[in-house]
Amino acid sequence: MPDTSKSNLTQVMRAVAPPLILLVVLLSFWQFSVWWFDLKPFLVPSPVRVASAAVSTFGKLAAATKVSAAAALAGFAASLIAGVVIAFFFSQSRLIRISCYPYAIFLQTVPIVAIAPLVINWFGSGFRSIVIITFVISLFPIITSTTTGMLAVDPELLDLFRLNRASRWQIWLKLRLPNAVPHLITGARTSSGLSVVGALVGEYFAGFGVNDYGLGFLIGRNTSQMRTDELFAAVIASTLLGITIFGAVSIVGAFILNRWYDTK
Amino acid sequence: MSYGDALPSLTAVDLSVAKGEFVSIVGPSGCGKSTLLRLVAGLRKATSGQLTVDGSEPGNSQTKAAFVFQEPNLLPWRTVAGNVRLPLELDRASEASNKALSKADSQALVERTTQLVGLSPEDTAKRPSELSGGMRMRVSLARALVTDPDIMLLDEPFAALDDILRQQLNEELQRLWWSNRWTGLFVTHNVSEAVFLSQRVLVMSRAPGTILESIDVPFSFPRTPRLRADPEFAQLTGIVSRHLRRAADLAGADKASAEVSDTEGIT
Repeated sequence: MPDTSKSNLTQVMRAVAPPLILLVVLLSFWQFSVWWFDLKPFLVPSPVRVASAAVSTFGKLAAATKVSAAAALAGFAASLIAGVVIAFFFSQSRLIRISCYPYAIFLQTVPIVAIAPLVINWFGSGFRSIVIITFVISLFPIITSTTTGMLAVDPELLDLFRLNRASRWQIWLKLRLPNAVPHLITGARTSSGLSVVGALVGEYFAGFGVNDYGLGFLIGRNTSQMRTDELFAAVIASTLLGITIFGAVSIVGAFILNRWYDTK
Repeated sequence: MSYGDALPSLTAVDLSVAKGEFVSIVGPSGCGKSTLLRLVAGLRKATSGQLTVDGSEPGNSQTKAAFVFQEPNLLPWRTVAGNVRLPLELDRASEASNKALSKADSQALVERTTQLVGLSPEDTAKRPSELSGGMRMRVSLARALVTDPDIMLLDEPFAALDDILRQQLNEELQRLWWSNRWTGLFVTHNVSEAVFLSQRVLVMSRAPGTILESIDVPFSFPRTPRLRADPEFAQLTGIVSRHLRRAADLAGADKASAEVSDTEGIT
């Protein structure tokens, strides 16, 4: 129907137009300021300069983004699996839960930049260490959200399972795990954003590949070599990578909630 | 939220229900009606007193009990058929191979049971979120009936439904009971519903939680909607209401703590 599609388009325009206009205004202001105050390119490169740097180093940028994406996704996937397994044990025993929880919080609180060099000391500089750093930073939100979901089971449903003589395993597999999925999705959204941070921090410290390096390494090298325009381009690429991974996880999550859960 | 210590306690509940009997329990909120059902189901342990289901302790007996809650309590991630099948899946693993149902058998049983409670075959593929409140309660009933229970424990199952729907489901439940003759224990706040369904109505009081009165309902089965218009029906609901009022008045008086005692002989 043309009517609804037209109104949809207007709606989209209404949502998209204001931030787009603001972006154009800010970019113009930036470009103008660089020219007016005669800012040095190694301090603040103009938007045009950043754009041309992005275009001229596109191959390098894309390759680095791919390496970072691989590290982020590998660490994120590992944290999903490990987080659910740990949440399983947390949901099965109060003793395990109260014994281990303080250390899980410790893991979350210790700054990632502080343990990154340590991880590299232990596991060498390279992809493996970067994935481990990503894994460490992504793990905590998965553990907490999934444990919460596994424990927040309707007591009447527990009664129903017990009345039918369900085993502990059946209660977990058929009640606690599916009940935790919406919580897990919330945790996964947080972790997906963190995983990019982890990958970049890891690469910043450990990404000494000659041909095979990620955005974190690129950012570090551009900074030390005062190539600020390329630095800006790399920062924008990292942001886009983060948005893409977060967006993909959100879409998959929304699909699962829509299909299998009452989302009103 | 758990039941924990917040359970209402029961005192001097001396009651026996015969096999195949349908008994309703009415009483003011917090009198321990639901606790009683959970004790019979073996979901809670009595601190003192004796309760037997078919001669043994509730949890251990060979008697199969099914529970219908006030909320339909369906698993949103399962279809209607998946929800009804759930008790069969759980039973299969715990009771070893001798009573195991084949996949085809269990599917046939699920289909038969959903039809029994008035759900169409198309409904079985739907998810709970696609169903109305009354339909969800039918699914909940089917999930209880699918195990072919000896005892049905119903904890205000129709309380959230509107009056017409409640009456319809009363008629269906009565029909289901009459054709299968499981033992029915039905907790409700609704006097008319209790009288319509039951052979006997028990009035409970709160603090102490005890059975105040047992009223026989003489109307023959199967009962039809026309029974509700019968003057004798009105007379009987009047009597039950009066006792219920007395139970509610008592509830205000004494709030001494009490324990379960003499909960006896549900056979």
